[in-house]
Amino acid sequence: MPNEEPMIRVQDVKFRYDPEQPAYAVDGVSLNVRRGEFVAVLGANGCGKSTLAKHFNAILLPEAGTVLVENMDTRGEDHLYDIRQKVGMVFQNPDNQIVATIVEEDVAFAPENLGVPPEEIRTRIDEAMKLAGIYEKREAAPYKLSGGQKQRVAIAGVIAMRPDCLVLDEATAMLDPHGRSQVMRTIHQLREAGISIVSITHYMEEAAQADRVLVMSRGRIVMEGTPEQVFSQTERLHSYHLDVPQAAELRDELVKIGIPMPGNVITPDRCAEELYKLLKE
Amino acid sequence: MLRDITIGQHFPGNSVLHRCDPRLKLVATIAYIVVLFVAPNPVGLALSIALLAALYKIARIPGKMILKSLKPIVPIVLFTAVLNLFFVTGEGEPLVHIWVLKIYAEGIRYAILLTIRVCALIAGTSLLTYTTSPIVLTDAIENLLRPLAKIHFPVHELAMMMTIALRFIPTLIEETEKIMNAQKARGAMLDNGTFTQRIKALVPVLIPLFISAFRRADELAMAMECRCYHGGEGRTRLKQLKFTPEDMRCTVIITAALLIICATRLFVPGLA
Repeated sequence: MPNEEPMIRVQDVKFRYDPEQPAYAVDGVSLNVRRGEFVAVLGANGCGKSTLAKHFNAILLPEAGTVLVENMDTRGEDHLYDIRQKVGMVFQNPDNQIVATIVEEDVAFAPENLGVPPEEIRTRIDEAMKLAGIYEKREAAPYKLSGGQKQRVAIAGVIAMRPDCLVLDEATAMLDPHGRSQVMRTIHQLREAGISIVSITHYMEEAAQADRVLVMSRGRIVMEGTPEQVFSQTERLHSYHLDVPQAAELRDELVKIGIPMPGNVITPDRCAEELYKLLKE
Repeated sequence: MLRDITIGQHFPGNSVLHRCDPRLKLVATIAYIVVLFVAPNPVGLALSIALLAALYKIARIPGKMILKSLKPIVPIVLFTAVLNLFFVTGEGEPLVHIWVLKIYAEGIRYAILLTIRVCALIAGTSLLTYTTSPIVLTDAIENLLRPLAKIHFPVHELAMMMTIALRFIPTLIEETEKIMNAQKARGAMLDNGTFTQRIKALVPVLIPLFISAFRRADELAMAMECRCYHGGEGRTRLKQLKFTPEDMRCTVIITAALLIICATRLFVPGLA
């Protein structure tokens, strides 16, 4: 893996919405997303994480620096649809992403745009709907589905393009806990299918499941590492107005009162395991 | 209460009429409306109603659905019927003569025929929407208008707009209910007061609704761009409209029926 070419390469990207303002929304960010990797991006509101995500598929173009998707520069107009096909994007509100009045018609929207022949659209959308777990609902009207189901329809609609990378821009933020866990299950399935995931999230529990966590503050990446590395620095995360997962919080409190706990405890399961060990002693 | 509003109610089923090519159904409905007006004699109208009744029977749509579709137009029908009753002048003596109002036998006949004709028209178009889902109907319209694309008529855009409008009706209805409840919670009087007061009370409902609709439109546009939308050019469709032999048979039958109704014009004296 280490020698492999990264799927998305972001180099010194700067971006601001209003060229007359001195402040940059994204202020010199460099990062790579490898094939099949699950990256979580954390940060307080307005830290530029959504703005950064919109650079990955040429919705926004950098003012300075470059974004390369499979070695295609996002600023090149010729590759625009190739890039958007490779990097799919799912947004916060599923209601505002669904175009058609029937689930399968909506999932077919992207392949239709790409000019895929009708017979192949059928196989692609069936595959995408099965992967997202909404195949049973293929003939339903989207407004009759729950939030979690709707968001999975939106994910299937993107997966039908057969992208190599899926960017989730707070895709679970509007869902109830049940819907959120449904979507997270789908994300893990996609990852097993070899699709890279970039998840922008507010939920630390979700970030704890990633391969790598990036923390952004004021348009820059301020922390980077495995979830264990990042979430063991509670104080520093608090200074960026972020929390740590509950398990990590508990570990911290226990360490503070002198109970020894390893630094890599960030998931409830791991935490329970360590506590069990302590109680047995 | 807002939930009850549906545009183009679809009554799912699996009859010949449901399976029929939507383009055929659309053209046939238009032809039917034309026939209603070219065959303005009692025999022609009776036959058109018989045809409609047969089609409803085939589609297995309950009779009460016809009444439901006619209900909203009752006031209009009554109004035009009454106008016709008083203003159509015939030959000979009026049947009734009260003050300046005169009713002729001609007027009564005309009012009855007009009522039947309008009712048949509504029931006929309702049959189309009962047996065809809105999305399929949109496809049919796009397909039928395709030749107009050559003269730069935005056919694809029109169909896309219709699809999105249909898709967002339930969403916006839900949103309206939410905003109304929010305003009621702050003491807005939406259900009582004089007519003007109630109209004024709607302003704080409509403004947030419009703002949110624009925001939705913005997000939808972005999501569509992310899914490689770039207009109708080079676009394929999942569902292809196919004209089957069954559709061919339907075309023959319906054309024959409509021609017979038209032909009655030649044998039975018309009124118009």
